[in-house]
Amino acid sequence: MGYPHKSHARETPVLSQHFGDTDAISLSGWRQRGGYRALEQALGMAPVDITNIVKESGLRGRGGAGFPTGLKWSFMKPGDGKPHYLCCNADESEPGTFKDREIMRWTPHALIEGCAVAAHAMGAETTYIYIRGEFTEPLERMTAAVKEAYSEGVLGKNALGSGKRIDVHVHKGAGAYICGEETALMNSLEGRRGNPRIKPPFPAVSGVFGQPTTINNVETLAAVPHILNNGAEWYKQMCLSSPKSTGSKLYSVCGNVRRPGTYEVVMGFPFKDFLYDLCGGPPVGRKFKAIIPGGASVPIQTMEEAEATLMDYEGFVAKGTMLGSGGVICIDDQQCMVKQIGRLARFFAHESCAQCTQCREGTAWTTKIVERIEAGEGTTADLDTLLSIADNMTGKTICVLSDSCAVPVVSGIQKFRDEFMAHITQKRCPYRTTPARSAAA
Amino acid sequence: MNDVTLTIEGRQVHVPAGTSILEAAKTAGILVPHYCYHPALPIPALCRMCLVEVEKAPKLMPACQTSVADNQVVHVHSAKAQEARKGVLEMLLINHPLDCPICDQSGECELQDYTYAEGRADSRYKEPKRFNPVEDFGGDVMYVANRCILCTRCVRFMEDVAHDAVLTVSERGDRALISKFEDHDLTHPWAGNVVELCPVGALLSKDFLNKARAWELDRAASICPNCTQGCNTTIETRDNVVVRLRPRVNEDVNKYFMCDHGRLDYRWLNRRDRVTSPSVRGQHADWSLAVAAAINALAGRTLNVLASPMLSNEALFLLGRLVKRLNGKGWFTVPQGPEAPLDGVQDLALRSDRAANVKGAELFGFARIADPAVVLAGLTDKDVLLVADEELAGHSVPPKAGAIVVIGTTQPAWTGTNPVVLPTTNMAEEEGTFTNLRGRVQRYLQAKAPPGESRPTYAVLSDVLIAAGEPANYMIPSEVFAALAASHPSFSGMSYDTLALKGAVIK
Repeated sequence: MGYPHKSHARETPVLSQHFGDTDAISLSGWRQRGGYRALEQALGMAPVDITNIVKESGLRGRGGAGFPTGLKWSFMKPGDGKPHYLCCNADESEPGTFKDREIMRWTPHALIEGCAVAAHAMGAETTYIYIRGEFTEPLERMTAAVKEAYSEGVLGKNALGSGKRIDVHVHKGAGAYICGEETALMNSLEGRRGNPRIKPPFPAVSGVFGQPTTINNVETLAAVPHILNNGAEWYKQMCLSSPKSTGSKLYSVCGNVRRPGTYEVVMGFPFKDFLYDLCGGPPVGRKFKAIIPGGASVPIQTMEEAEATLMDYEGFVAKGTMLGSGGVICIDDQQCMVKQIGRLARFFAHESCAQCTQCREGTAWTTKIVERIEAGEGTTADLDTLLSIADNMTGKTICVLSDSCAVPVVSGIQKFRDEFMAHITQKRCPYRTTPARSAAA
Repeated sequence: MNDVTLTIEGRQVHVPAGTSILEAAKTAGILVPHYCYHPALPIPALCRMCLVEVEKAPKLMPACQTSVADNQVVHVHSAKAQEARKGVLEMLLINHPLDCPICDQSGECELQDYTYAEGRADSRYKEPKRFNPVEDFGGDVMYVANRCILCTRCVRFMEDVAHDAVLTVSERGDRALISKFEDHDLTHPWAGNVVELCPVGALLSKDFLNKARAWELDRAASICPNCTQGCNTTIETRDNVVVRLRPRVNEDVNKYFMCDHGRLDYRWLNRRDRVTSPSVRGQHADWSLAVAAAINALAGRTLNVLASPMLSNEALFLLGRLVKRLNGKGWFTVPQGPEAPLDGVQDLALRSDRAANVKGAELFGFARIADPAVVLAGLTDKDVLLVADEELAGHSVPPKAGAIVVIGTTQPAWTGTNPVVLPTTNMAEEEGTFTNLRGRVQRYLQAKAPPGESRPTYAVLSDVLIAAGEPANYMIPSEVFAALAASHPSFSGMSYDTLALKGAVIK
């Protein structure tokens, strides 16, 4: 549902069905709404059958990469004598993304149920829910819900009376974007500095505490009980386009848009209808200029591209960007693209973990150049330098933070070069009425 | 493990499976430029300098972290790989102060080397540079943050080798810098190695600070004489003065490291209070007269030798022969200090026996004693005392021996005004071998010229032996060593050639 707005008729509220419903937060409320039926069913099933249903459903990772969830689960090999871990990545820090936050705020038991089902399917004895440090309210809700689940016997050594042990722990991050990167998250969970690790080894071989680990996004895990309740076929049907993308997807919409909020539509929904019909289009008297559809680290779309996009993993790629985390950032015609891109670059420069040279230095350098151009002190040579730096930052580092910083810069210069040139030739920002601060700051 | 065959820069390489591309390239004589990688430390693959092109791989691969595979074709110097490294070098330099003219590392700096080799000639960076103040890290280490490339070798050394996590990366992005944990200092006895490990001028030795430029130094392979571990070192001199000791790689002894005690205890090699000419009863004498006087002193008296465990195998071997020939007795004493191990390396420590050749002294027949004063007090005028470079710091009582012969670098005050003095070279001024506590015989080379008329101890002892009627006509130390190897079974088969610079263990 279009929380905090009323659900739109064209939405398909599955995960978001109870957003805004304060009665759904408690365990009893959740049970009344059909909660923990899936877990009960799962505990009576063979783990491999659960994994097969998830495989069959076509569910793909909702954190951004879109890796098939069932396949990921099948990498875990229970019974090898090692402890196994499930990590739920609730470090939702991608700028423009707040879908997981809503799941945790309104339906904390949906996530716990998803975690418990997944843990059972993978033979993971322990589950950690790693929550972003800034998410104080979701942290409170999750902590209370886990406590409630233990006291009601949903979790613990005899989960739902099945005789099976399922442990879920909530861990609070300290507020670093990079800890959303799965290997950095594991380092952080272990008490180390949140630096991404080199892969291989992959988490399924050596993850948290060096043990086999699977890491899934909040939305991915929360979708699992619905798949068990309604069947893989039901989930697969929720698709208007590519059969490789199935189910419903949450989008968090923000920026210059009339109805910002969290929406849920099926895969393959037309992006144009989504933006203008569901979200209400741009503010009165303005026009959309650009859309960043999947959080800060996906390429910026022009409206021509965005309006022709079908909202699924393949559809966004076909139109020059990615589904990413589903954080839709709307930019209207009164915004300066150079400023927006500089702001994104500044975010990545701030969040770089400082391991890889290209990322540590390149993100900050990029920021300085874009901000200098925005302040009217740029040259055309700066654009070539930016593209060259971006090239050096792409595909050469341990994780993709560096690439993520290069993405808005490259797509921005490619698609909005005239705005950069206007700053350079006019020696000022055409969108500013007051003089810019010095870029040297 | 099975061997893998691959091609690096067009050359066939055979290495064991599991070897990294970087190490495999080394075996073919190809250096893959790198910063964060160090063979003695865990691999973080973060400097991204060693990116190489591996055919069929979608991206450039870090050579330090990528294992070799059969039939792999690796290009280190392809345009794509070079372009990537050029990009890394440019990034490393944008916030670097480029203060090579006042940087101690200049001339031995890997940032300098690789930038000259494959970096850009200019910088496209126009913005203000990041600035951080210089920080004293404690111990002998100073941190110049502005020159730091965040390779984290120092952090990993302290955490994974010294097991004393003092250093960490603090801050993020381009604000990142190396910091000490609160209330910690780099006072670990092996902490000075971070200076060596630092590929740039960020971690500097306070002791060596502003003393010399790297290109002014002369270098000689040596062995640290300051304890029985026998760490392999390089002695660096400027204008015939020792200015710095650095560890030299020996996988079997000290890996890449040496302790701070050994590193900083070099000033005695430059002592100004040396005896520089032979003398008899305080009067200058030429060498032949002085040797004759020494033989006179020995004649008709019981020989008592107090030998230094800092002497070479060669010197102790000849001294042992003199003791045997004259039916004398030989003693030595060893200065003591606390043992300080480097936890992350097996059998590597600053040893409590603080002298290089304790094992040698034992092998050549000298008896270890705790208190030489007792021996000295027991001497009568029927005895002659031969002091072989043993100063006995703190000792002051003149022995009641009938005669005293000093063969050494200095003349201890307690030997009085009457001895025959035969001046010798210290270990930096001669060539020789030491035997370490595990029986490893290791060569050291001459690093500087000896003062005045002083001569190597083996040469002086050869003359004394000849004058005493024993054939000992040795011109160079390798001849002494050959004689030693021929007469001592535990050294049999050894020669300077077979020892080379890595040494060999006695039987």
